[in-house]
Amino acid sequence: MDWTALSVSLKLAVATCLLLVPFGLWLGRLLARGGFRGKPFCEALVALPLVMPPTVLGFYLMLSFGADAPVGAVWQRLTGGGLTFTFSGILLASLVANLPFAVQPIQRAFETIPANLREAAWCSGLSPWQTFRRIELPLVWPGVVSALALTFAHTLGEFGVILMVGGAIDGETRTLAIAIYDRVQAFDEQGAAIMSAMLLLVSFLTIGVVYGLAGHRRWRHV
Amino acid sequence: MSELPEGATPACLDVGLYQPGPIPLAANFHCEPGELLALVGPSGSGKTTLLRAIAGLYRPAGGWVRCAGESWFDAGQGLSLAPQRRRVGLVFQDYALFPHLSALRNIMVPLDHLPTARRREQALAWLSRVRLEGLADRYPAELSGGQRQRVALARALARQPRVLLLDEPFSAVDQVTRRRLQRELALLREQISIPIVLVTHDLDEACALADRICVLHAGCSLQQSSPDTLFRRPASPEVARLLDRHNVFTGVVVEQGGERYLQWGRYHLEVEQGLECLPLGQRVDWYLPHSDVVLHRRHRPSQGERENPVTARVVELVVLGGITSVSLAVDHSDAILRFEIATHAARRNGLARGETVQVSLLASGIHLMPGAAALDAHTTPEREPT
Repeated sequence: MDWTALSVSLKLAVATCLLLVPFGLWLGRLLARGGFRGKPFCEALVALPLVMPPTVLGFYLMLSFGADAPVGAVWQRLTGGGLTFTFSGILLASLVANLPFAVQPIQRAFETIPANLREAAWCSGLSPWQTFRRIELPLVWPGVVSALALTFAHTLGEFGVILMVGGAIDGETRTLAIAIYDRVQAFDEQGAAIMSAMLLLVSFLTIGVVYGLAGHRRWRHV
Repeated sequence: MSELPEGATPACLDVGLYQPGPIPLAANFHCEPGELLALVGPSGSGKTTLLRAIAGLYRPAGGWVRCAGESWFDAGQGLSLAPQRRRVGLVFQDYALFPHLSALRNIMVPLDHLPTARRREQALAWLSRVRLEGLADRYPAELSGGQRQRVALARALARQPRVLLLDEPFSAVDQVTRRRLQRELALLREQISIPIVLVTHDLDEACALADRICVLHAGCSLQQSSPDTLFRRPASPEVARLLDRHNVFTGVVVEQGGERYLQWGRYHLEVEQGLECLPLGQRVDWYLPHSDVVLHRRHRPSQGERENPVTARVVELVVLGGITSVSLAVDHSDAILRFEIATHAARRNGLARGETVQVSLLASGIHLMPGAAALDAHTTPEREPT
């Protein structure tokens, strides 16, 4: 069992969730409320990682992360380091690859909130921030939980994009999914089986706990 | 900003909202504390938009909203207070209760300014005022339509608003619940002394609950009056049509033997008031309520029959339970004169389609609407009743 790879996978999944879900809340709410011109274009962009082969997405990300490419150059200027073959690089790639899994469930949840609930909150004296925190967030919570579960599970299992951008540097970019591939390549089927079972168990437990927490509510939409 | 309308007090709600589009508005009305003003009109007449503009949820291009001495909206000065600062109690058409909060917690939301214990106490008191004790912990989905409406009303009032706005609050409940809730609203009115604006398309509801009714069409306020005045004296044929009134005709002011009459075809009708200030020869629209058409009993003439007698032919009889609606055609025009009569009286008088009958058009009921006909002077001679 490659515990280092498991640790990299978990670190990557947690970091992706922590960074992407708040962004998903912002973007999902914006897209759900609509009313701006570029909405279809924006939605298509968010959904793109769903339909693109991971290797293709990984290839483009790899190109854009190079020191001469715009994203890589900006990163270099900001941090002094590179993006390719680093944890930061696979994290950024993971954020892009998981965009639809974080945004779409939250957007759908926001779309179920009738506009007049917000207005009723304003007429009850709640500020826009209080309305978001006390009315909208509890109502979209099942969508947030779905986004968390999907993003976490998808990050744990992500292979193509991570391999293209990060390679397989032990303790830095070698995730459990890549370690399994390496084990299979080295004809270590037992090692691959143990790690696969571990990945399956962690994914199942995470999603089970998250859905369990979200499922306990008495209220429903009127 | 305009001055307050004549007779209005500073504590009243004073509204004047104008814009050419996209939702045209040209409405002007006021509502006194303790008064219930109903905004009525067909779908798309701007009723809900006006209510939303009062609440600060919609910002029209021009006009003003003043309430309790405060200016909430004044387009001229670029002033528009946020809904949070307007102290408005708004009951939405579908109640807009927060589905994840219990009935009690829904009512606690507008009481944020109080300490928690006091908030709970106040919210419980409001639940009790709307007769929902024992249902504090129920979620909106676990309440009936009528109970939800009461929670919404309690939530709106808990904020101690300066004005209560009701957006078709009875439209989502069944007939029996509607009557019960209407009765409760009428009782509740005795306890609150703020202006209440009710949006409804139900004329019976407006008549039953409102002190005054404002008729709207395409965002324009056409007439504001008490229900009785409105239904007996609509300001224009358009108002009559919007109020589902029939018996709108056109006549000409004539003089005979020194007396003024309203010529309607071959009839010279006596009119109790209004003719004296109109010039001879002027075309004028006039309206007669159903109640002021009196059927002559056959073979039993009476003194009242000398008042504007008209001969007509029965063209339609519609029995609606104990009431029969009778439509009469007169020979001088295509106009249809309608009135209602008790079904047993219709039978006793042998009313039947094709029969010729005599009716009196009571002079006191004839209401002249000179403004509209003057504009229409060159259009068709007889206005079809709608």
